[in-house]
Amino acid sequence: MSKGRGDKAAEIRRLMATEGPAIEENTKGFNRKRREAIEGLENYEELRDRAREIKEDAIDRLPELLDELRTAVEDNGGQMYIADDAADANRYIRDVAAEKEAERVVKSKSMTTEELEVNDALAEDGVDVVETDLGEWVVQLADETPSHLIAPAIHRSQESIAELFKEVFDPADPPETASELTSFAREKLGERIRDADVGMTGANFVTADSGTMAIVTSEGNARKCAVTPDTHVAVTGVEKVIPSTDELSPFLELLARSGTGQDLTAYVSLLTPPVDTPTVDFDDDETPLSERDSDREFHLVLIDNGRMAMREDDQLRETLYCIRCGQCSNSCANFQHVGGHAFGGETYSGGIGTGWEAGIEGLDTAAEFNDFCTGCSRCVNGCPTKIDIPWINTVVRDRVNRGKEPDGYDFLVEGLTPDEEPGGLDLDKRLFGNFETLAKLGSATAPVSNWVAKTGPARWALERVAGVDARRDLPEFQRETLVDWFENRVTAVSDPTREVVLYPDVYTNHVQVERGKAAVRTLEALGVSVRVPDVRSSGRAPLSQGMIATAEEHAHDVYGRLAEHLDAGRDVVVIEPSDLAMFDREYEKFLPEASVERLQEHSYEIMEYVYGLLENGADADTLRGGDGDGVAYHAHCQQRTLGLEAHTVAVLEDLGYDVLTSDVECCGMAGSFGYKDTYYELSMDVGDDLAEQFSTTEARDRTVVASGTSCLEQLDALLSRPSTHPVELIAP
Amino acid sequence: MATTTTNPTLSTFEESLADLGVDCTRTTAADFATTLADIVRDPAVGVPLPFDVEYPDSVTVDPTPAELERAETGITPASYGVANYGSVFLPATDDGAELVSLYPKLHVPVVRADDVLPALPEALDRFGDAAREEDLSAIVATGPSATADMGKLVLGAHGPEAVHVVMLDE
Ligand code: SF4
Repeated sequence: MSKGRGDKAAEIRRLMATEGPAIEENTKGFNRKRREAIEGLENYEELRDRAREIKEDAIDRLPELLDELRTAVEDNGGQMYIADDAADANRYIRDVAAEKEAERVVKSKSMTTEELEVNDALAEDGVDVVETDLGEWVVQLADETPSHLIAPAIHRSQESIAELFKEVFDPADPPETASELTSFAREKLGERIRDADVGMTGANFVTADSGTMAIVTSEGNARKCAVTPDTHVAVTGVEKVIPSTDELSPFLELLARSGTGQDLTAYVSLLTPPVDTPTVDFDDDETPLSERDSDREFHLVLIDNGRMAMREDDQLRETLYCIRCGQCSNSCANFQHVGGHAFGGETYSGGIGTGWEAGIEGLDTAAEFNDFCTGCSRCVNGCPTKIDIPWINTVVRDRVNRGKEPDGYDFLVEGLTPDEEPGGLDLDKRLFGNFETLAKLGSATAPVSNWVAKTGPARWALERVAGVDARRDLPEFQRETLVDWFENRVTAVSDPTREVVLYPDVYTNHVQVERGKAAVRTLEALGVSVRVPDVRSSGRAPLSQGMIATAEEHAHDVYGRLAEHLDAGRDVVVIEPSDLAMFDREYEKFLPEASVERLQEHSYEIMEYVYGLLENGADADTLRGGDGDGVAYHAHCQQRTLGLEAHTVAVLEDLGYDVLTSDVECCGMAGSFGYKDTYYELSMDVGDDLAEQFSTTEARDRTVVASGTSCLEQLDALLSRPSTHPVELIAP
Repeated sequence: MATTTTNPTLSTFEESLADLGVDCTRTTAADFATTLADIVRDPAVGVPLPFDVEYPDSVTVDPTPAELERAETGITPASYGVANYGSVFLPATDDGAELVSLYPKLHVPVVRADDVLPALPEALDRFGDAAREEDLSAIVATGPSATADMGKLVLGAHGPEAVHVVMLDE
């Protein structure tokens, strides 16, 4: 077990060093442009809703649409084939090539053909298969696999491509600059396209009404592959079918924007094949184009390969709404540092890659990189079809857990852990997933527990057995929990304006008790009467380990306990953003709609609540003002997804603090992820960007403030100065 | 950029093209030949245009494949323009419009000013009818061919490296 973890850590280290820098620069560039492109689009949310609606409808009616499409394609003079799996599709494609006596097939980038490994299949018949997308060609020459959905060679620097061309072609005058490399590739590929017998492309969308395929590219190679040879084979997944051409526009408007931040990519080919374009022989200097014939053959190969089963799967179905824009990879901090060669499976990579691989390859493949998703939710608001990507990752994680056979230790573990999970679940997952139990034990036996945990043998055992990296400081449990402290005190508010329940999340209750006390003092200073009842943890910890049944049990308990307070008209104030996010997003999967709505409507993040109180006339002078003091603030991922960062900033500024916010996307910790020895170094590498930003001359003397527990822990590890929660800063 | 029109759709189209680094020249049917002669790089080839205009003598209309291969400029009709993106809809026709718009280094699409539509949905709407009824194929082209795969943005990857739109008042 520990050997496996060590190998993985070494592979991550290698990729961080070799491919990381190029991937980081490129993905962050895409991200920046995406944000700009979206800002300029007034109806962005409408387009997303519309895209989602069309996809839901199309997948729902897929069998019917496939029939309609077949009729359209055949009426146009083409052929359509639905392949059950890769072998079936490859057999069909090989037959087409054989019938044309094809010596060369030119291809335009298509992840679906990567899924089939069609190049290898054709090569067996002696067919020369050439990728014509420049990035894909580089990957092919280097005998690598694509590392990104839309930018296959994103992991390669210009220098390494120059090096590669030199090695492979040994040219007299080796190309070096980007434009020299491009014209070198253009020329080489141009010759091959002219000689090809068959052109193969993917398709981004296929419309059932007319049999039109939309192929989105910027280079023009798809156009060349589709119209230069007389035979065109388009290969794509069955899920790409949408009802009609009228429904194309939201997708076209969103696809490039979400992926690369362009309004539209240079070319959207809307091909209704066989096309009328005449076939050419470039040596012909006699026959004008209009007199040449256009005797063309067209095959549309749609592959199922597990997709129809995904359609029946209530949790994985959403994956089929994916339009492969790559946004969820670009916006993911872990992806930015290791890319798709670590954060990917046989074919697909990044956030949604797990869903794809689970559906088409199986759980084993998906399991290999599923852990890279920390559930931070940074990808959620950018997905053009509003797919709940973290949830799909959680579901897959749960299934992976459940697929495990119990091993020898388990009778022991079963006795110690109060969860709802199967026997084979990894010890590390079980440990992190049961953090609440651990915290209870830790508080009850503090300070001894903290002292023991720090000893060499304990750290060694924790690392060996449960994969907790010894370089990470462990949380220090407080003997007196927030709930205990609160029980023993007399509330200070007479004539309260409101009543709230301060939700005692596990960390605030057992570890960061001071921020809990600060929250109580702040609320009371603003005239609010506070209660801190003993409520279970939200279930975030088990959920992030994929322990869905356990998380669900927590959800029921938490709602049950809070319901009476909601009945009494009390608001729920939450300190830990990830717990609020849980109420706001994941509880929808566990609780009746009415319960969730009620909880959501009355739950607030602490600084959001303070903001609201101040807006409604509460007296800011009762809080600790800043008097121009400098603050460097890092909001929490999920808090940003919920759109709550601005409230904290506004409150701090209102109170006279001079706030600098981090524009770095992620602290890299995301809870248990950063504790695991496999991921510790990656977590610190991601965190480096934040450390750097908070160490500049402008930031270095500011008080470091962060909203999330894991961000605070990570900042403490990254910086030599301490960090604090905003409410501790302003509490009287 | 200075616009030559007060029609908001057309001025948006001109601005979008400018943002893409695409030149745009507006002309009348009568001036078409002289305008075009100034724009093209020789040798130039073109496909017959469905507008009431004459090509200049310098352009080889309906070329052979070998002439296409030698050409620096390709001239083709565009069915519509899309103002907010600066895109043109290029129909694929049996006289080789797709090839002529794709292979030479400079592509000159000719679009009637009246056919410039405000946004993509309107253009797709019209395209959809043609696709359903006549199996029409078209390319929505937005700026020149480009790639960032070699480390930096480079124009003219597989397709043209430059585009010059001619807007025609018929
Ligand atoms: S899941 Fe959404 S964001 Fe990710 S690639 Fe698919 S469409 Fe794009």
